[in-house]
Amino acid sequence: MVKKILEIENLKTYFYTWAGIVKAVDGVDIDVNEGETLGLVGESGSGKSVTALSIINIVPSPGKIVEGKIIYKGRNLLEKNENDLQKIRGKEISYIFQDPATSLNPVFSIADQLMEVIRRHQNVTKTEALQKAIELFRLVEIPDPEIKIWNYPHQLSGGMKQRMAVARALSCEPKLLLADEPTTNLDVTIQAQILQLMKSLKKKMGMSMVLITHDMGVVADVADRITVLYAGRVCETADTKTIFYKPKHPYTIALLTAVPSLALRRDKLAVIPGTIPNLIEPPSGCRFHPRCEYAKSICAEKIPSLEEIEPKHFVACHRALEIDIKSPLGVEKTAL
Amino acid sequence: MKRLPYSQFLQVENLIKHFPIFSRGILLKKKIGAIHAVDGVSFSIKKGETFGLVGESGCGKTTTARTILNLDSPTSGQVYLEGNDIYKIFNSKDKKEILKLRRKMQYVFQDPYASLDPRMTVADIIMEPFIIHGHIPKEKRYDRLYELLGLVGLENYHAERYPHEFSGGQRQRICIARTLAVEPQLLIADEPVASLDVSIRAQILNLLQELQQKLKMTYLYISHDLSTVRHICHKVAVMYLGKIVEMADADELFSSPIHPYTQALLSSIPIPDPETKTSRIILPGEVPSPINPPVGCRFNPRCNKKKKNRCVEIEPELVNIGNDHWVACHAAYK
Repeated sequence: MVKKILEIENLKTYFYTWAGIVKAVDGVDIDVNEGETLGLVGESGSGKSVTALSIINIVPSPGKIVEGKIIYKGRNLLEKNENDLQKIRGKEISYIFQDPATSLNPVFSIADQLMEVIRRHQNVTKTEALQKAIELFRLVEIPDPEIKIWNYPHQLSGGMKQRMAVARALSCEPKLLLADEPTTNLDVTIQAQILQLMKSLKKKMGMSMVLITHDMGVVADVADRITVLYAGRVCETADTKTIFYKPKHPYTIALLTAVPSLALRRDKLAVIPGTIPNLIEPPSGCRFHPRCEYAKSICAEKIPSLEEIEPKHFVACHRALEIDIKSPLGVEKTAL
Repeated sequence: MKRLPYSQFLQVENLIKHFPIFSRGILLKKKIGAIHAVDGVSFSIKKGETFGLVGESGCGKTTTARTILNLDSPTSGQVYLEGNDIYKIFNSKDKKEILKLRRKMQYVFQDPYASLDPRMTVADIIMEPFIIHGHIPKEKRYDRLYELLGLVGLENYHAERYPHEFSGGQRQRICIARTLAVEPQLLIADEPVASLDVSIRAQILNLLQELQQKLKMTYLYISHDLSTVRHICHKVAVMYLGKIVEMADADELFSSPIHPYTQALLSSIPIPDPETKTSRIILPGEVPSPINPPVGCRFNPRCNKKKKNRCVEIEPELVNIGNDHWVACHAAYK
């Protein structure tokens, strides 16, 4: 029996702006098993980052967690006070932010920033902390760690900064790592380096990971299971192979077809008509129905619930069992 | 490289762009070095073709494009558009001729959030080229505006709105409409979809392809995203540290890359298919500084097929190895 390290139930995080309430996350259910990598995919504005920020309760103002449960190892994190949360953040659950350039403090050296995390959560002296920091630098394969550690963030390249962010996130050997688009700003060759590094470190330390990305290629490579988000709701959750070969939600399928492929040159890319809806007044019923080619009248009226249509395959679509569309990848396989 | 006859639409020959670095100080500013952004790039594009320029950040793709339009003047080298030396025209200070030339070549910038004036309406933005070039009589300008909006998939009522009212994909459409206003023959698209979402990206790529078929335009498409390049380009050149390392037809380049850098680049693209496990070539280190590029082959410090002496000493030339496939690598010539 696999143990669940994190369970999110019916999470609702709203932003109270002057224009109205933005329902960025509106009833999301996610669970992460121990030792597993969960990929969280969706376009910008689908609520991926807000979900992750909600887990450690650092949603920026005017955002607020309105409802829901975040159960980490049997304890509801939303009932904890700030003091307890600070003991968990960085130690048990750590976070890699999207942009390494802005998530590092420019006026402190890398050594200071790494040692701060280590000394806060572990009972060590300054020299021991420095030793640990250098060890971590070696772990993330930065050359000359003894010299590089005294550099300031602006002296490092983007790839180096992201390695440093990985090192900081792993400094206290967390049980759960939340990685928010860790490779989006990097070049492909550097992306390959960082992803490989994260994969091997994850195995070494036996931690669980939530990987947020919009790149279907990255999740295919790294994730064990995938949750697809759209406009603040979960569309589909299943293991990676099922999502790619037997997707059931029209949005998942559209997302897969819209990606240009290296293997096969198609004349025209499939297009999802329209844009992501305004989350102040989201569409009624299923939020994808205005852009969905399979939408029926029921889709505009009733909100679909997340149903288990096959073991471990959850879909939120009224017509998931009626419509039968093949995965674009399945088609490609036979064509090749 | 042998000079080709001017049958090509755009021909770039040995283009070099160095940015000087000055020492600090007010009185004595001395040139202490140069950033070798583009260091001898040659290629040509046929009419109606899409030519892709790929490479990682800092390899000189954007500088090449900007230099072709004379947005940055070149250190040396020639560019011919339909056989005419464009730098001769740009340097002649003949304003009429320069405007005429500018009408032929247009640029779509990377970031649609930064390249539109927030204080101009869409109509102002798209009609400004009409005023500058004067190629459309006053009474016909609005007709042409609506025609252009229709061409890029926007509605007539969008004309009186401001850029902030649009999403990223729509803004990129406005940018494309603005470039089309002068009826260019060459469109340089610098990462036009890099900042857009997947579903919107597909819309813009399809639009570019449709426009090419309709208006018979030639594209220079710049990107670091190899899968979109594969999708829309006919010919592709891979750049590394200011030089072209490999150039071939898109199908040929993606199916049988020869340069070790191209091979590594292609293998590191994550493929959206969990069953295809590519044997990934992980390159050690990072791109070296273009201020002091490595001696010999510029890729040699990161190369896994390095032959000892030649690679560190002699800079390889771009050589045609047959089938119009050009490679600059000592290991490739047998």
